[in-house]
Amino acid sequence: MNNTLLIVLLWPLVSMVLSLLPAKEASGKTAFALSLAGMLLSVYLFMGFVPANGMQQVMSYAWIPSMGISFKIGMDGISLLLIMLTNVLTPLIILSSFGRKIENPKAFYALILLMQFALLGVFVALDGFLFYIFWELALLPIYFICLLWGGKDRVRITLKFFIYTLTGSLLMLVSLIYLYLQTPDTHTFDIDAFYQLQLSGTQQAFVLWTMFFAFAVKIPIFPLHSWQPDTYVDAPTPGTMLLSGIMLKMGIYGLLRWLLPTVPAAVHEYGFLIMAFCVTGVVYASCIAIVQKDFKRLIAYASIAHVGLISAGVFTLNSEATEGAVFQMLSHGVNAVGLFFIADIIMTRLKTRTLSELGGIVNNQKIFTIAFMIIMLGTVALPLTNGFVGEFLLLAGIYAYHKWMAFFAGLSVILGAVYMFRSYQAIMLGSRHWSDSEFTPLTISEKTVLVSVAALVILMGIFPSVLMDAAAPSIKTLLSLVSAR
Amino acid sequence: MNTIVILSVTGIAAMMSDVFKLKKTLYGLSLLGLLIALVFSVCDWGQYASYFNQMVLTDNYAVVFTSMLIGMTFLWFLMSKDFFSSHSSASEHYALILFSLTGGVMMTNFSDLTILFLGLEILSISLYILAGSDKGNLFSNEASLKYFMIGSFATGFLLFGIALVYGATSTFNLKEISDYVQGHNGSLPTYFYAGTLMILTGLTFKVSAVPFHFWAPDVYDGSPTLVTTYMLSVVKMAAFAALYRLFINCFAPVYEFWIPVFAIMSAVTMLLGNITAVYQKSLKRMLAYSSIAHAGYMLMALASPGIASKNALVFYLLAYAIATLGVFNVLYQVHKVTGREEIKSVKGLFRKNPFAAITLTLCMLSMAGIPPAAGFFGKYYMFVSTINGGLTWLVLIAVLSSLIGVYFYFKVIIAAFQEPELENTAYYRQPSDLTVLYICGILSLLLGILPQFVAGLL
Repeated sequence: MNNTLLIVLLWPLVSMVLSLLPAKEASGKTAFALSLAGMLLSVYLFMGFVPANGMQQVMSYAWIPSMGISFKIGMDGISLLLIMLTNVLTPLIILSSFGRKIENPKAFYALILLMQFALLGVFVALDGFLFYIFWELALLPIYFICLLWGGKDRVRITLKFFIYTLTGSLLMLVSLIYLYLQTPDTHTFDIDAFYQLQLSGTQQAFVLWTMFFAFAVKIPIFPLHSWQPDTYVDAPTPGTMLLSGIMLKMGIYGLLRWLLPTVPAAVHEYGFLIMAFCVTGVVYASCIAIVQKDFKRLIAYASIAHVGLISAGVFTLNSEATEGAVFQMLSHGVNAVGLFFIADIIMTRLKTRTLSELGGIVNNQKIFTIAFMIIMLGTVALPLTNGFVGEFLLLAGIYAYHKWMAFFAGLSVILGAVYMFRSYQAIMLGSRHWSDSEFTPLTISEKTVLVSVAALVILMGIFPSVLMDAAAPSIKTLLSLVSAR
Repeated sequence: MNTIVILSVTGIAAMMSDVFKLKKTLYGLSLLGLLIALVFSVCDWGQYASYFNQMVLTDNYAVVFTSMLIGMTFLWFLMSKDFFSSHSSASEHYALILFSLTGGVMMTNFSDLTILFLGLEILSISLYILAGSDKGNLFSNEASLKYFMIGSFATGFLLFGIALVYGATSTFNLKEISDYVQGHNGSLPTYFYAGTLMILTGLTFKVSAVPFHFWAPDVYDGSPTLVTTYMLSVVKMAAFAALYRLFINCFAPVYEFWIPVFAIMSAVTMLLGNITAVYQKSLKRMLAYSSIAHAGYMLMALASPGIASKNALVFYLLAYAIATLGVFNVLYQVHKVTGREEIKSVKGLFRKNPFAAITLTLCMLSMAGIPPAAGFFGKYYMFVSTINGGLTWLVLIAVLSSLIGVYFYFKVIIAAFQEPELENTAYYRQPSDLTVLYICGILSLLLGILPQFVAGLL
């Protein structure tokens, strides 16, 4: 039996233990090396993946047999791409924290690796209960990362974040238990059993809204987003990267894997309403982003706009938009990490993120300027960057679903260009000149992160098919599950 | 049976120890007695035997609860050495604790209403004295008196209820009452129902369910911390074991009559307990209110009778008792060193002892019901059995009140990870002072990862 998936899943847990062993000073390097090894493992996983085979490397062990709970994991193309995203971004996130002053680094890196484990678990779980456990487990490390290393107002903000997301999770738990009790006798949490349920209209609606609440808080979809800007701004940069780069993909993945195929009739019925929320969020968050003064807060709102578009695409239930959603999840992850890192570089050097106090960095920072430019173009979806592929597919799919919806969703591209160019102009251009002592040159680790992100932006834009081919058959299977019933 | 005998003998020996000059070895002897009792209790597993003219019945339900009671008392002894060393009347303390445990064991074994009453009285009277064992402290005196007055009142209700049920069915035996009720369902006199309600009142008093909870905060807050620990972990367990055993075995045929009562009580209890706990500054008082809230969750088991809820109750009680012992171990040490019991007194724990802070976090997570700690599975099993029983609204209320709970449980966790207010605050004198915390933290995690070892016992 092929155990690569299990090894990829458990590797972060092993790394977490290993990273606790060496001395304080070496813990960051150890964690980086171990997560790099994890990345290589997942590349190996990617090589061995056969797109046409559907769900692969499925393994199932009884965990709590009396309750029909098993440790069942497996992956299809969508899971695989998200595993890749997690494992590629984690080393970058760890690397981005080098050179920053971090108290108690051992605990910090251990929590990041624990987070990675939980995220991978969410993407591979094929048992409802296991999914829930990983989902909750992901909340704990990020809570502590924000609580212990966050900004000034962290106690209040992180608690709000925690309770907000936990509300969603518990409602999801209720709906999972409900589904569990609907499965035939000797109940089970197996996802295949959930897919085969024949629920009535009201039952489907109940499950849809309780589960959707959990996912919508995490993504976050307007109007459940109010925890997000504060948390993003107050979290330490690696925490923000984890949150925006990977964690919110949990919600979109949950929609795709657990919600759509389980309650297809309710999705058909209420899809339009939900899309309206998503699209409202796109326009709303973009408008707010335009008037932000703080760069990090601006990116946070931009993030709401982008994920709103992705979620709208998910509910169109056509293959273009769904493929676009999956691809855009990856692009958004890469771009968000890049942008937050840029904000962090500016913050550590100039001690401010306020747009009006910045400017003129272009004059002596070559690599920084080019990398920022590329990442920004990726974010505004210029052709040949990663953002273009996803947004084009998404808008095409939404257009096929509903014209006016596409019109408003399309505003995100225009408004996105407005706030991105505006911030680029304010930060980089201008006559101001920072001396080397004010804006110290980038360190090697910083350069590595920026160059890697920029390279990913371009490579994903030029060769999207490498990734899309892996996911396309799985998306087709998924959509056939939704339309079959 | 043997368990009750051994525990009583150990208790009597402790009382006599002054005469025989056994005082120095009494701690060891008590632990030994508890261990032997535990072994005998576990050996009863699978044996279905009744004693004393069918007044005491050892079935698996009784074995599970007896073993849990003794196990928790054992853990409690490990953290409470001071309780016996610092007082002149140590031997009485030993005796009272052991007697109250005996009473608790009787409350899990009874198959006759008189034994239930006897057990409850043995348990309660010992506790009335223990609550006031800090003689110089006014709050302790207040707790004792309040507990005694209101407790006696509740006992009166219980006794009156038993008398009415006896009047209707002319027997004390659970099995016979159940048969009688089954046979005459629909033609039972009104005073039978009145009796049931009075018994319900008397027993829910002991588990501190709303609206019979108003004694609890003052008693839990005023009693010496270690006695409070004992009340919250062991006594609550015994009271719930008795309540569940009585209603499931005895009044099952008329469940339509009392299920709504328990369901509403459960909802009100968890909401009120959690909401009030939010406003507490004192950690001890907060835990007192949170224990009221937990009683609400446990009442969900009575609102959805069945095998699933029986297992859920066992798991919930165990998880809760373990977490309580762990948290109180910290609280007690903090109190001993700083003399304060506020939430902010645990500030700086992470700085001083990261491992202790992490295990405390685990215990708090267990109380809040967040995976991977044991308390999550307690809530989970409870939710499943309640949704299965058709009370989805109750589960939604439980979800809501758990969220309120997260807020104040996390205040403790946050405090533990914050910087200390005073420099050089020690949180324990020796590392071994926190042994019970470590045991409880590890147990909480183990039960959270491998719950099936306990979950499917019954």
